[in-house]
Amino acid sequence: MGFNLYDFTTFTHNLHIWFLENMSPGLATTVEWVIVGVLYIAFVALLGLFLIWAERRVCAIFQQRLGPNRVGPFGLIQTIADFIKLMMKEIVTPRKVDKYLYNLAPYIVICCLFLTLGAIPFAPGLQGLDFDIGVFYLSAVSSISVIGILLAGWSSNNKYSLIGGIRSGAQIISYELSVAMSLITMVILAGTMSFSGIVEGQRDLWFIFKGHIPAVIAFVVFLIAGTAETNRGPFDLPEAESELTAGFHTEYSGIKFALFYLAEFLNMFVVSAVAATVFLGGWMPLHFGGFEGFNHVMDMIPPFVWFFLKSFGLVFVLMWFKWTFPRLRVDQILTLEWKYLLPINLFNILLMATVVLTKFHF
Amino acid sequence: MSEIKEIFITSDKIKTDDYVINMGPQHPSTHGVLRLLIKLEGEIVLNVEPHIGYIHSGIEKMCESLAYNQIVHLTDRMDYLSAHMNNEAVCLCVENALQIEVPDRVKYIRTIMDELMRISSHQLWWSAYGMDMGATTCFFYGLRDREYILDIFEDTFGARLTLNYNTPGGVMFDIKPDFQKKVKDFIKYFRNKLPEYDQLLSGNIIFTERTKGVGILSLEDTIAYGVTGPSGRAAGFSCDVRKHHPYSAYPFVKFEEMLDTTGDTYARYTCRIREMWESMNIIEQLIDNIPEGDYALKMKGVVKLPEGQYYQRVETSKGDFGVFIESDGKKNPYRVKFRSPGFSNMFALNKMAKGLKIADLVAIMGALDLVMPDIDR
Amino acid sequence: MKSIIDYIVSIFKGLGTLLTGMKVTGKYAFTPWKNVTHQYPDVYPVLSDRFRGEVIMPHNANNEHKCTGCGICEINCPNGSIEIISKMITTPEGKKKKVIDQHIYHLGMCSLCNLCVKSCPSDAITMGQKFEHAIWDRKLLTKVLNQPGSKIQEGIKE
Repeated sequence: MGFNLYDFTTFTHNLHIWFLENMSPGLATTVEWVIVGVLYIAFVALLGLFLIWAERRVCAIFQQRLGPNRVGPFGLIQTIADFIKLMMKEIVTPRKVDKYLYNLAPYIVICCLFLTLGAIPFAPGLQGLDFDIGVFYLSAVSSISVIGILLAGWSSNNKYSLIGGIRSGAQIISYELSVAMSLITMVILAGTMSFSGIVEGQRDLWFIFKGHIPAVIAFVVFLIAGTAETNRGPFDLPEAESELTAGFHTEYSGIKFALFYLAEFLNMFVVSAVAATVFLGGWMPLHFGGFEGFNHVMDMIPPFVWFFLKSFGLVFVLMWFKWTFPRLRVDQILTLEWKYLLPINLFNILLMATVVLTKFHF
Repeated sequence: MSEIKEIFITSDKIKTDDYVINMGPQHPSTHGVLRLLIKLEGEIVLNVEPHIGYIHSGIEKMCESLAYNQIVHLTDRMDYLSAHMNNEAVCLCVENALQIEVPDRVKYIRTIMDELMRISSHQLWWSAYGMDMGATTCFFYGLRDREYILDIFEDTFGARLTLNYNTPGGVMFDIKPDFQKKVKDFIKYFRNKLPEYDQLLSGNIIFTERTKGVGILSLEDTIAYGVTGPSGRAAGFSCDVRKHHPYSAYPFVKFEEMLDTTGDTYARYTCRIREMWESMNIIEQLIDNIPEGDYALKMKGVVKLPEGQYYQRVETSKGDFGVFIESDGKKNPYRVKFRSPGFSNMFALNKMAKGLKIADLVAIMGALDLVMPDIDR
Repeated sequence: MKSIIDYIVSIFKGLGTLLTGMKVTGKYAFTPWKNVTHQYPDVYPVLSDRFRGEVIMPHNANNEHKCTGCGICEINCPNGSIEIISKMITTPEGKKKKVIDQHIYHLGMCSLCNLCVKSCPSDAITMGQKFEHAIWDRKLLTKVLNQPGSKIQEGIKE
């Protein structure tokens, strides 16, 4: 079948041809969709469990203590136990909620998550949707989660949830702008919007080294705006437990709350995966221009291992932000975006355009 | 029909209610059981009304049926973070009423333990404040450092929180021979760790943006409300009882009162951090010179105060704590009243928080360092 | 122009403080073997010898204690956690003597204030080191401190 750990394109191509030979084209397409869907759902479930376990262990390391280490080896089964508990909980629906919107909100957030996850290249040939306008698609689709959050806040019929939902909505809409602009900066450097094209363009040097100053500025801005997008870290005022119960998901219990929780962690993974792809080379190993021997050694590690190493490294950095900094107040969050990040982004785009036009990059 | 037309024409006939939020008795950020009724307009606070009494235990009434050496263990449970100073207040009141002078060794031990207790109280305050602000790691760093002090307490007193070490006439046990070494080791360790607190929280731009200029209380208001302790000194109110009415071994030490002039939350924060440094200086001045002697005077079995009213003030970590005992010659007091610093500090909250946002309210309350059993007794 | 320079300088200063904070937590994150967790049920904590866990009455090898039944601890206890029940017996010399029958101790009410131990004239009771007192039945919290069949040691003054 041509299964090659380093390049999945031949394997998927052969699989596609095998399906077309044995069934009608319509059935083959449907079967392929079902397989890809099941793979993604399994990936999301496993990654969610792993990330929640990792968050608790990493949080404990920062606080000089041990995290969960009794349930299973190194506490790996702890999250499974927590999810079994959450699924067995009674789903308490308050009396006067808007039932349709209340039940719809978690699913919108999860759907948005799957849509964004589909566009990210995990390895050569292992990408769900390979558009020519990948970056544009990503920023468009990641805005859908705002609707889910606003619906959750509104339909819960609770003053606290409403305040939390509106705050969260304002925050996400503002930071979308910074995220999109820092991605545009890198698109200027790459010359293409498709993710596979961006990764291919980093074959001789990662973009963060190639476009030196503007790329580093764009990276920092993207990380800050990315944490604000996912309501994490120092920007988690909408769900600040010490101030307003639990924000927009106060009234959700059981499996619906689990969906919001999972979506938050996986959005964090998506942000770091996108940062790893656009700035740090995605699945491309670390290559330096002329050093063939070094490049050959780096090539020995399979690409998907590179991808996951980079993504989890950035996830660690995002967790580091969360456990170190105090929370920002809502007006300070918006000040940061509109008065600081936006001018820096605009200036950075100009700078990157100048650098590309004068070919002042590596 | 005409009433309906009237309502829609003139808008002042429309009935509006204020948006009242209840930060209920169980809430992760109010330190203890405190109910706050906050009247909001959007995000701006119009009025804050604290409701207290959820942990009222009737301590003052209980004291009326106990002998004088039995009152001391109840004061542990009032402001449990400065339990030793509360105990000392009652013992000093009784000793002044009987006009007896305790040995110097007792004074030195009491003062050293006071200052250690002050450091541990400020450590817990810092931990809880960081956690309220959102930096959860501060909680663990503060408590990790506090364990050293609590181990010293456990070694000497036998208990970590509800101490009951002072009795009228002295203290219950003598200190152990390795006490001085342990305290010196702790001071050396903590002098290295305290700059970390500044690097982690005080210097952080997010923190300074959230606390500078927030919750300003002018000097006149501070004196009018009777806000004492570091919260009062942040506005310039020189109210340190250790300086103005020294007791125990404080006349033998040189230290400074930490004053500031801005009166905002950041000033209250830095006053407490500077107090921790100053406490370490006081301990270093005293620890090597503990005089030999008895650790307690021989008191009669049943202590009876002469008739009259007696008052004693001490400086706890929250502020000015006062004990008032009225005696009618019998072996139980006639009336005991405690002046708790948290009570006066808390009721200045309304003045400080008007016109600010809810997140600021949490920041102000954290910097005031409220302990509810102290307020409710 | 000056405001632009102030703006840029404030951005860098702010970032600098954030990085300092991250350095502090990072220092602890990259040395995870230095955690301060005390693994409690596996490792029993080391308590000081003055630790106040509960009130016990030590008995020596001959099942003898030192309690004379004087009742001073009962008077000194602030909340009535001690009840002394004494009885009169006749000694071999024919005198009537008061001895302790039951020294009832209510652990559920005790505030561990140490006043009873301090005031005992014969050092009969002391503070024990056991702190795991959680039980399912409240009646088990009322203990009788002197063991059955024990009698007082010789030579303890009244």
